[in-house]
Amino acid sequence: MSKGKIIGAVLIAGAFAAGSYWGGLNKDAVITSSSSGASFSGGYDASKDADASAGAIEVVKGEVITVNDGESIMEAVKAANPGDTIQVMPGTYHETVYVDKENISIIGVVKEGERATMDGKGVLNDAVLYSGNNFVIENMKITGYKGNGIMGQAGNNFIIRNNLIVDTGIYGIFPQLGKNGIVEHNIVSGIEDAAIYVGMSDNIQVAYNDVFESVAGIEIENSRHAIVENNYVHNNTGGILAFVTPGLPIKTTYDVIIRNNFVVDNNHKNFAIPGSMVSMIPAGSGIVIWAGDDVIVEGNIITNNKTAGILIAGHDDFGSGSNDPESEPNSDRTMILDNFMLNNGYDTIDEVKALLLAEFKDTNKADIIKVGGGVDSCIINRHRYITSGVSSWKECDFTNTKDIDTYLLDTPVPPRVIDKSETGKIAYLGVCTGCHTYSDRMIGPPVSIIQALYMDNPQGIADYIAKPTKKRDDYPEMPPQNYLDEETRLAVAKYMLSRTK
Amino acid sequence: MRLLFLTIVVAFLASTQVVAQNNNPSNKTDFVLSTQCPPSFEKTNAGVCELRNMYQFYNSVQNRGLGGTQTSLPKYRDGFTPEQIDLGRYLFFDPALSKDNSLSCGSCHQPDKGFSDDLDRSVGITGEKVARSAPTLWNVAFLDKFFWDARSNSLEEQALGPLFDPNEMGNTPEHLVKTLSSIEQYQQMFKVAFPNSSRLTVEDITIALTAFQTSLISLNSRYDQYAHGYHQALSENEIKGLNIFRSFVARCAECHQPPLFTNNQIAVIGTPEPEGIPFDVGAEKTFNNKKNRGGFKVPTLRNIAKTAPYMHSGGMKDLREATEFYNKGRGHAIPEGEELLIHWHIWEPNLQDAEIDLIVEFLQTLTDESLTPQLPTHLPSGLPVIDANYAKANKKEKIITNKYNNTASGEEDE
Repeated sequence: MSKGKIIGAVLIAGAFAAGSYWGGLNKDAVITSSSSGASFSGGYDASKDADASAGAIEVVKGEVITVNDGESIMEAVKAANPGDTIQVMPGTYHETVYVDKENISIIGVVKEGERATMDGKGVLNDAVLYSGNNFVIENMKITGYKGNGIMGQAGNNFIIRNNLIVDTGIYGIFPQLGKNGIVEHNIVSGIEDAAIYVGMSDNIQVAYNDVFESVAGIEIENSRHAIVENNYVHNNTGGILAFVTPGLPIKTTYDVIIRNNFVVDNNHKNFAIPGSMVSMIPAGSGIVIWAGDDVIVEGNIITNNKTAGILIAGHDDFGSGSNDPESEPNSDRTMILDNFMLNNGYDTIDEVKALLLAEFKDTNKADIIKVGGGVDSCIINRHRYITSGVSSWKECDFTNTKDIDTYLLDTPVPPRVIDKSETGKIAYLGVCTGCHTYSDRMIGPPVSIIQALYMDNPQGIADYIAKPTKKRDDYPEMPPQNYLDEETRLAVAKYMLSRTK
Repeated sequence: MRLLFLTIVVAFLASTQVVAQNNNPSNKTDFVLSTQCPPSFEKTNAGVCELRNMYQFYNSVQNRGLGGTQTSLPKYRDGFTPEQIDLGRYLFFDPALSKDNSLSCGSCHQPDKGFSDDLDRSVGITGEKVARSAPTLWNVAFLDKFFWDARSNSLEEQALGPLFDPNEMGNTPEHLVKTLSSIEQYQQMFKVAFPNSSRLTVEDITIALTAFQTSLISLNSRYDQYAHGYHQALSENEIKGLNIFRSFVARCAECHQPPLFTNNQIAVIGTPEPEGIPFDVGAEKTFNNKKNRGGFKVPTLRNIAKTAPYMHSGGMKDLREATEFYNKGRGHAIPEGEELLIHWHIWEPNLQDAEIDLIVEFLQTLTDESLTPQLPTHLPSGLPVIDANYAKANKKEKIITNKYNNTASGEEDE
């Protein structure tokens, strides 16, 4: 996977063949004012998203647990109940914190510039791993971990804010497989892959972050309905990426707005781990769209990126290509509105030069470079930029995205709504039947025997299963089922008593 | 042929006496198909069995069933009738499905060996080893790609592979239908399971096998109790192992993603073939794409402790060795002259030995065989259950607890 190997000879020939498009360059420039004109009317529609609407979430406010220097954040997480806030005082914490609970907040206290600092000292893997919903982490400093700074595996409605992440492994902030999350006001630097990497997620806001000296600044990968705005992205190898990485189980990236960011001086030497997806990015890439669809680029200041301001490519034209037949390889419907672009492509790679030459552009600058397939892209005020591969694009029929404030949901993603009458049944069939049949001995005694013991007493069963004691010498002790909440335990008890076969 | 068949059966019955004395194979009342769904399945008003599981309380992004601890399941197969599932159980364990009555599906997918065998590569009717190892069948209901090289997209289609591969069960469609049709009990059972079919067909055989296999659910391990919120279900070390497993240093969970511990994708990881075995191109052939050379399906890690040896050709003897493979460096085992596009998550994590041990310790917590179906006590074909070798080896062992209400051999409650 060689760096910068973006454009094969075939594509260059293809650019020549597309000669009929060059006529467009000689036409009078279409000058469009973005202060008037229509706003983008497509994008995410929450009313059509079944996961976004139903039900409401109860966020219970709990206790505040304070962790002082010398104590353990993890011990506090273990002691915490959903709704609790863990307040971490300034000091150094050498540990991995995992949060497999709902509604936990970890809030650092900043005292005269001193932060609660998690330091992996080069030996610990990840600083913070979470899988619970409604997770919040703020004001921490994280440094010296081998893996990620903050990593989510599922977990909806997350907030990752005001954290300082320095010289930490692979990803600084990596929410994965979550819906409805905010990553804002973080400072992240010195990361071997992406400083902020949103993977396989939906409804994401990445804003007001300062990301630098990393291989990729901000990466939106196999994700939908994401807005990346008002970030300062500088001195990375590549600034902002909207990627479909082939081979992942969720196959699409679409509906991404990249607006009002500073994307400047992203010329850092590529120091990615060999074989990683970002190792293919040529140093000096401002914004890279790789097979992502419906990406809007608007209002950014894109300057001094030596390879190109904006690179748009498909799987077949950039990097090592795709081995995934289920992954659509082209960047479709790229939409480039007004951006301030200056001095990009001043020391570009040969392939970009060749592409420009193919359009008879003998220049040492490159603002927007598009290679490979893709349909229905548009641009306004194209005459301002030095471009390749965009002359056939149509004019956008809108000039701004001001009607879209955010793709975050109005209310948090609620837990899946299960009809209350189903709760007992699902728990009974999903858990109890693994050890109990109605009339035969299995691992546990038959349900019919249990019914005889607890005839009118479902509460008795509910209490027993939360904290079972050994009752029968010839049966193994039952494991506690206290991961089921009280309501579910009672429901399952009632359901068990109602069985007749 | 027919004569030979009978001879074998008679010879077998005489020699091993595995068929219980009171079970006369010619008595069709012995083979009444269950009208009840297996445990964890609810019989709906339409008379079909639907899975009910705690993971149905959760969501997942794009409904793909991938994520963290409390994540819903991906799309899955269910909705078969209890009769189809039970018929599938008989067929699955019946060596009459092979060309020479020597092997059943269960020969390579043994319930007490994680629905696999303990071989590096499985042995077909020829007595020779085939190219790859037998994958576990636990949780196949959730998969949409089958075989190591993902060349099949449904369990029905997959079943045709081993049945008619000359190196595996070696049968032909004609011979298979003829064999089963000649057994009166099967005729009756197919009529009950497939009332709309006018005759016994290969299609119905594969549906019944699918119905049975989709009942093999393993989602109640100690890990699952942890995932549902009972954190005491795992020991300190096991939780440490889980955290290394899902860390971005080890990155196991990036492909072996919860809750199924697979993401159902193809990955090129570059494991070595055992000595003397030619390089296996894997999914390159399936997709006719060089970039998939040496690519194989990411297997589930559910019940992984039960299915040694590991990898597509069984080159790794235990979980320690298999885990350590990922710590030895990207592409370290690629044969000379091969060029593979190794998956980007394969790198050099530099895990300490103790960390590898902890991952292995964690993997043991993914064991849950509570829904293991009961082996039939005898088969309509009169052949030994699973196969003659199995019957011989397990003669004195009581293998599986009674899980099916309809079967008679369950122990009595005290």
